[in-house]
Amino acid sequence: MSEQNEKSSSPVAGSGSPGEGFRVIGVPRRRVDGRAKVTGQTRFADDICLPRMAHCKLLRSPHPHARIRRMDVSRALAHPGVYLVLTGKDLPVQYGILPVSQDEQALCLDHVRHVGDPVAAVVAREELTAFEALDLIDVDYEILPTICDPEEALATPEPRIHEYGEEGNIHKLVALEFGDVEQGFAEADEIFEDTFFYQGNTHLPIEQHASVAIKDPDGKLTIWSSTQTPHYLHRALAKVLAMPPAHIRVVATPNGGGFGGKSDPFHHEIVVAKAALLLDRPVKICLTREEVFYCHRGRHPVLMKFKTGVKKDGTITGLHLRTLIDGGAYGSYGVASTYYAGALQTTTYHIPRYRYEGCRTFTNKPPCGPKRGHGTPQPRFGQEVQLDKIAERLRIDPADLRLRIVETPNTVTANFLSLGTVNLGECIRRVVEASDWKTKFRKLPEGRGVGMACSAYLTGAGLPIYWNKMPHSGVQLKFDRGGGVSVFCGATEIGQGSDDVLAGIVAEVLGIDPFDVRLFTGDTDLGPVDLGSYSSRVTLMAGNAALQAAERGKALLAEAVALKFEVPKERLRFAGKRVFDSAAPDEGVSFAEAICLAEARFGTIGTVGSYTPPKSPALYKGGGVGPSPTYSYSAAVVEVEVNPLTGWVHVRKVWMAHDIGRALNPTLVRGQVEGSVYMGLGEALMEEQEFRRLPKRLSHALVHKFPSMLEYKSPTSLDMPEVLTELIEDPDPRGPFGAKEVGQGPLLPIMPAVANAVYDAVGVRIDEVPITPEKVMKALAEKRAGREPRFGPDHFPQVHWPEALRVPPPWEGGDGNAVNEVQREKPRAAKEKVLAP
Amino acid sequence: MATLPLESQKTAQIRFTLNGEEVDVLFAPYKTLLEVLREDLLHTGTKHGCELGECGACAVLLDGKAVLSCLVLALECAGRRVLTIEGLSADGRLHPLQDAFADLGAAQCGYCTPGILVTAKALLDRNPHPDRDQIREALSGNLCRCTGYLQIFEAVEAAIVKTSEEEKETH
Amino acid sequence: MMRLPLFAFRAPETVAEAVRILDGEGPKAMPLAGGTDLLPNMKRRQQVPKTLMSLGHIQELHHVEWSDSGSRLGACLTLSQIAADPRFRNGMTALAQAASFVATPQIRNMATLGGNLCLDTRCNYYDQNYEWRKSIGFCLKKDGDICWVAPGSRKCLAVSSSDTAPALMALGARVRLVSRAGEREVPLTELYQNDGIHYSKRQPNELLTEVLLDSCDGWKSTYWKLRRRGSFDFPVLSVAAALLLSSKDIVREARIVVGSVACRPLLAAEAARSLVGGPLDEESIAKAATLAARMAKPLDNTDFDMTWRKRVTAEFVTYALRELRGDDMRPERLLLTRHSSSL
Repeated sequence: MSEQNEKSSSPVAGSGSPGEGFRVIGVPRRRVDGRAKVTGQTRFADDICLPRMAHCKLLRSPHPHARIRRMDVSRALAHPGVYLVLTGKDLPVQYGILPVSQDEQALCLDHVRHVGDPVAAVVAREELTAFEALDLIDVDYEILPTICDPEEALATPEPRIHEYGEEGNIHKLVALEFGDVEQGFAEADEIFEDTFFYQGNTHLPIEQHASVAIKDPDGKLTIWSSTQTPHYLHRALAKVLAMPPAHIRVVATPNGGGFGGKSDPFHHEIVVAKAALLLDRPVKICLTREEVFYCHRGRHPVLMKFKTGVKKDGTITGLHLRTLIDGGAYGSYGVASTYYAGALQTTTYHIPRYRYEGCRTFTNKPPCGPKRGHGTPQPRFGQEVQLDKIAERLRIDPADLRLRIVETPNTVTANFLSLGTVNLGECIRRVVEASDWKTKFRKLPEGRGVGMACSAYLTGAGLPIYWNKMPHSGVQLKFDRGGGVSVFCGATEIGQGSDDVLAGIVAEVLGIDPFDVRLFTGDTDLGPVDLGSYSSRVTLMAGNAALQAAERGKALLAEAVALKFEVPKERLRFAGKRVFDSAAPDEGVSFAEAICLAEARFGTIGTVGSYTPPKSPALYKGGGVGPSPTYSYSAAVVEVEVNPLTGWVHVRKVWMAHDIGRALNPTLVRGQVEGSVYMGLGEALMEEQEFRRLPKRLSHALVHKFPSMLEYKSPTSLDMPEVLTELIEDPDPRGPFGAKEVGQGPLLPIMPAVANAVYDAVGVRIDEVPITPEKVMKALAEKRAGREPRFGPDHFPQVHWPEALRVPPPWEGGDGNAVNEVQREKPRAAKEKVLAP
Repeated sequence: MATLPLESQKTAQIRFTLNGEEVDVLFAPYKTLLEVLREDLLHTGTKHGCELGECGACAVLLDGKAVLSCLVLALECAGRRVLTIEGLSADGRLHPLQDAFADLGAAQCGYCTPGILVTAKALLDRNPHPDRDQIREALSGNLCRCTGYLQIFEAVEAAIVKTSEEEKETH
Repeated sequence: MMRLPLFAFRAPETVAEAVRILDGEGPKAMPLAGGTDLLPNMKRRQQVPKTLMSLGHIQELHHVEWSDSGSRLGACLTLSQIAADPRFRNGMTALAQAASFVATPQIRNMATLGGNLCLDTRCNYYDQNYEWRKSIGFCLKKDGDICWVAPGSRKCLAVSSSDTAPALMALGARVRLVSRAGEREVPLTELYQNDGIHYSKRQPNELLTEVLLDSCDGWKSTYWKLRRRGSFDFPVLSVAAALLLSSKDIVREARIVVGSVACRPLLAAEAARSLVGGPLDEESIAKAATLAARMAKPLDNTDFDMTWRKRVTAEFVTYALRELRGDDMRPERLLLTRHSSSL
């Protein structure tokens, strides 16, 4: 049944495990939480129902930009069934996911910045009562002028949406130069300049965000929440509620999909926590779908300009990338997103000289943030489409061109990213072969075409959100006399299989069944910190921590068993729930007995493991975004059919090869690849976070065009094409059993591959995402009229960029520092040397 | 039952068959079947993603047909048969669809899964051997954001094969 | 969780009882059939009837009667029943296709034929939560005094989004409207009017009880629907066409209806007339398509760009007519609708 969709290369023995036959790792199997998910027993946040539980609703601003002059909640408070009304005065402390942008308030005190910004909360016996009471809150707003896009933000410094940032409504400006790009262009045979636009879109997890908070019997706070980052929520709660973190317990319930949308601490989480403490009763909130659209934190709309110099053979001599990023109304992860938009260009192809300038502006729309691929799909789209144009002009097959310039393994890039294994070339060769590329490219009949694109992605962010030297992930194991092992870890299950990764690794090391492993995850009281399910970090970081804890436990057990049998402990094997002498396999004990022996000898058996990423060579300011222990690679070929009369684009098939390092559970890996392809196709073809501005002479309101599941077009089962997935397994020594990420990377090549395929099919360039039939039709009309057969942005506006930080690349003798870095914020400053040029 | 003129503020009471068991439930009459299942009967296996009929997460079987519980008044369920995810397994054994979904990666986050499973069950009840296109079509009212659907189709197909094999064995 | 507002609930068992209730309660009572249109609207507070009158217990609304001269379809037949019933083929294929393309399988199990004919008109400014509509100051159709689609318009421009209405109009259907005072039969072509608020001539005290169809023997019909995705979405353009061909493939009678581009389905009478008396060749199809497309005046209140919707109207009419001529249109069907079979 699945042979045509799943073709995995035979596993290569990983480093440190020559010839080792794994029993769990690499074997397709039921995930440990599979039964709970298919019986409906997985307990999501909104499934929690507690005695005396009250319900909370938030009143949200109907205006995109306004001052709150006055608020009167007395009528709402008097409404029968209402227990409590909270306003900004009750929660005045500002917070935010990044230390540099603590710009949010749980309830706006005096300034609302987008339609949907919360201003008050009602807690009542019934949710319907709370909803009705919202209409009884009187808010007097002073309407302010609005800003709807970055160009308007650049042109409109006043009124400021925030009082911080670079200046006016510019939130963040970045300028970095790695080598002299102008010199690179001077050495080029051809220069390509292209402008692209990538529309914003949102995560749309099927589960709407929900939280339940209680004041524990002992007076402490517990909150269950659909969050991907319980540790960061923990920190935000402690700050805003001014409580000792030790008195707050955050339990991340399994997320009904996250994709980055549940990675910020949110208003509603803080509000129900406060309400539960005040009322001393459980308080629940579950957002409506419309409210989820207002939480957003999704893909930033990005306008970008690529200037690339190439030699006739395709070698890149220099790249200059500029981005103009629509941040929405708050910081969120935006500073990181701005750096990310320029960080990973160098990881796929060799770029000797690189300049990046990025500008994020505030606008009166829900805040953008991290969505699957965080900050990188937009420039990846531009880069891969431009490569397609370059290949055409140079008369080189785009697959061959990419093969010529793929970056080599274990190198440090121009911007000081340290790469691990790089099997991008193999990925390209696989999809070329599987898709029959050579007989299709530029050879299919009019209306049909194939396109190719590649990508790379982090296997976990190399730095935490807040600067510290502690591990990024910790695991504790408790060994039970009955032969079970409990795993305690802060890692958060959002559907990606984080629990299964932990169980699989522990079971493999200890020779037991994953079913013998009990998991206590996503709970800040029960497990050591894991930073959260973002940046594709869990498999590598929590996995390595689990691996270390399990190896340490194994060593204790082995020592005890070795004593009993009087054999060297190195000869012992752990397999089949037994510990035995590999020279005489009948000589051994059950795993449970091994635990008892160890416990008799050493006392209670518990071990810990932790993981801290290697130190990055990128020492310049901004070098904290982009480093990762290792990177995954993907190559995709997409075949499309385009109806020339309507511009309709139909994706016939997708071929994807992904450099995974090692697939810990191939069933789940394939699911991540196909899920990424799915989400990428949605972005490529139909998903859009669109806004409407009503005429100025009327209300001038700036509203989300359609905050609903119906009008936000998420592809259905009928819209999903066949996908052929190939996994390239070349274990990376930096990952547990050699594993690298898979949750995000395979999304990235889809959008440019579709655009390139549309060009192959009908000869028009759609330099904009999504690629809708309207745009294809317009480009076809241009083509027929003899004009440039293209749809896309026509200019990149003037931005006053700061002087770039100049960081000489490694091959020019650079050491990772900027040569002109004058002042640096915060603790690292002391350690940084300023080098003479 | 049928002509009862209910005053909206009062409580309503109905009796219906939930997963093969007769239940009486007291609820606020404005509630949909979804709300009564989750809030009054604490059957939280049925999920919700929009409450407007735009996602399919709340699908249940009503008299054997897949419907959206967010758009069925609980008042309309008196005397009827409702099957939710909690009623899919029987005699302590998972339904073949459940086994296949768990084994083959058809459930990632698991949130759309209950609605998809009961919808797939309704499909197999009326057509035990659907082809891929028919499976696609039958599940086209259930959005899934995680899987890209392909492993879901394969799991339904695997359950069909398994069911046929089991039937052969029993005959 | 989106919640319904409070309402009183009535569940009559006969049409007579139902129309008595409608008569007594006035416009504040609304019939509830499948609930797939009304209940979301109530949750968004677009429609807030004081009384919901369930039609689910009225047996006579669930019947189908077939005779040589035609058929009578009870208003509470579900769309699934119509899509699955092989009797709705050949001449009536357009109806079966339209029913099978509505929303999703679950919704078709609930939604009824009568409900789809009475479907509230739709608009991007109207089909929004209460809070969203409040943020733009509401609109003509509910709680406001402006049409945001065309601020100069004194008339609401919400769009007829029924799939079965254009199909049934192409089949020449009539509907029976029953009130306490009596009953009347109205041709579907006369049921709808060009007003997004008062889009139907059905009075609040009238119940649409059945759809009446003359025999479609010898006719061929088809329905084409434009929407972004293969399911869920309402039509943003639809074309229903029905033809009676002579033995020599000369068009004897023709009806073409263009849906979802105005407040009501548009009968493309001139386009249909242009076909009569001749064969379905490229030229006649192109002419009819141009004439039909000329009527479409989509506005910026649905999915897709309105100028694009206007431009592809002719293509859709062409596809429909070519399909009726016998061309194999399955590739276009698959490409544009994601449905491989066309019934």
